[in-house]
Amino acid sequence: MTTKKKTTNILKKIGLYTLLLIGVFISVFPFYWMFIGATNPSGQIFSIPPNLTPGDHFFENLRNLNETVGIWRVMMNSLIITLVFTLFSVIICSAAGYAFAKYQFKGREAIFFALLLAIMIPYHVTLIPLFQLMADLGWLNTYQAVILPNLAYPFAIFLMRQNMRSLPDSLLEAARVDGAGEFRIFFTVVLPTMRPALAAVAIFLFMFQWNNFLWPLVVLGSSDMYTLPVALSSLVGLSRVDYGQIMLGTTLSTLPIMIFFLLLQRQFISGILGGSVKE
Amino acid sequence: MNSTAKAEKKKRKFVTPKTAPYIFIAPAVILFLLFTVYPVISSLILSFQTTTGGVTEFAGLDNYRRLFNDPLFYQALGNTFIILIIQVPIMLTLAVLLAVLMNSALLRMRGFFRVAFFMPAITALVAYAIVFMILLDENYGIVNYALSLVGIDPIAWLNDPFWAKVSLIIAVTWRWTGYNMVIFLAGLQGISKDLYEAASIDGAGKIRQFFSITLPQLKPIFLFTFVLSTIGTLQLFDEPFILTGGGPNNSTLTISLYLYLNGFRYFDFNYASAIAYVLVIIIAVLSWLQMKVAGDKE
Repeated sequence: MTTKKKTTNILKKIGLYTLLLIGVFISVFPFYWMFIGATNPSGQIFSIPPNLTPGDHFFENLRNLNETVGIWRVMMNSLIITLVFTLFSVIICSAAGYAFAKYQFKGREAIFFALLLAIMIPYHVTLIPLFQLMADLGWLNTYQAVILPNLAYPFAIFLMRQNMRSLPDSLLEAARVDGAGEFRIFFTVVLPTMRPALAAVAIFLFMFQWNNFLWPLVVLGSSDMYTLPVALSSLVGLSRVDYGQIMLGTTLSTLPIMIFFLLLQRQFISGILGGSVKE
Repeated sequence: MNSTAKAEKKKRKFVTPKTAPYIFIAPAVILFLLFTVYPVISSLILSFQTTTGGVTEFAGLDNYRRLFNDPLFYQALGNTFIILIIQVPIMLTLAVLLAVLMNSALLRMRGFFRVAFFMPAITALVAYAIVFMILLDENYGIVNYALSLVGIDPIAWLNDPFWAKVSLIIAVTWRWTGYNMVIFLAGLQGISKDLYEAASIDGAGKIRQFFSITLPQLKPIFLFTFVLSTIGTLQLFDEPFILTGGGPNNSTLTISLYLYLNGFRYFDFNYASAIAYVLVIIIAVLSWLQMKVAGDKE
């Protein structure tokens, strides 16, 4: 009886692991393929049977990629835009979330409701007027044109408000009794206590901006201002497509995030899911 | 010295517990008014205007009338809905099944599997679309090569109207299944073990338990992921833009892509704004319907 149960358990285990490993293979193979492509010449990527081992063309691909799109400049654009955006957005959204969670003031419910409504609106609606606005301001092809429109990210404000509600009022009162001003309380009491929530929201915002494509595509017209996704998409449109370069480009846009992800998986998963999954 | 002390005093007076909340929300509200509220209103106005030869004038419902007589718009709408109706249920089913497997007591190294399945969700949309474009190449792609090993003829993944849609569905499913799985897994872990124990005492098998306990318990999460996926699919842009460019024969033209083409290829801002508003209405109606259907069943 027990041996029979044992064997069915082992069979179940084998079935379970087989299914999951097939899933893992499907999930991870494209990444492996990307790395292979990044280190091989263009022709190798399309050889039959396929070449599944890393090559030695990494630096040549890098040189070519830099000649075609100026990859260092593009990476720098992406990095500056994403970091500045994340920093300011976290501060702006957490300040707003804090006010919505911890203060009583006139218009609080109405303003918060308007923000919530905005979560449901597809961003396509704002695309054209925003483009016209940026053109009128003479801001096409600038960092601020990419950074500004999403700084007050409604979903991030919503998340911060939810998190800030758990902040004990007694903590704030104690600081007030000690004579701390409202700003001081926010920066020296509220923000440090909310660090895990801030990290999750920061990751969410960082990923949003790093991957953002349609808006930068519309507003960045000259190639020296391109962000990574826009530069990559421009490579695909070329008449003579060099796949080694392209695969290296996709690798460069994925690798930093991937390393970051492997180091901070838990914060990452809850961050990307917008804190909807708590661990 | 004296003046700075004065300034400080003034500042302290300005920031009181009464004014503080307004100061805290001010940056967000100003940005929100400028970059969300204003464009939303502006594009509504744009959608009621036409521009010819640089002259913009009020045109009533002309753009909307044109939209409802535009075969390409209907095609974009149809493509988007076909992808929506096929892709979302497949993905959510896969995500639930994966989550159930991941929740098995027999499984070790759950963390490893979770990371592996979640990995696609961290890739840039443009990057993964490019990788899929290469994987699915008709003549030299590795997918067709693998199929040839089991005797299947090469498939024109990106060059055939039917298969191009399939390719989009495969790509989107690859990107988002693990993401949804993690949400479902969290839901599964929240279901009380007592329910399953009681059911197995009553003699219910694993499959019976899945349908009568697991699925009903996951209902709110289903609703959540369903609404999210629907909104996401209705806005599908990056993948068709990179993978197929909307082709062949507009078979993968989505609403978002059509909006982009009208706005930024043909520079017809007015018409594009009308498309945007139709999209808003569709999303609002669908979200409302989904909530309502879910609410009625309860």
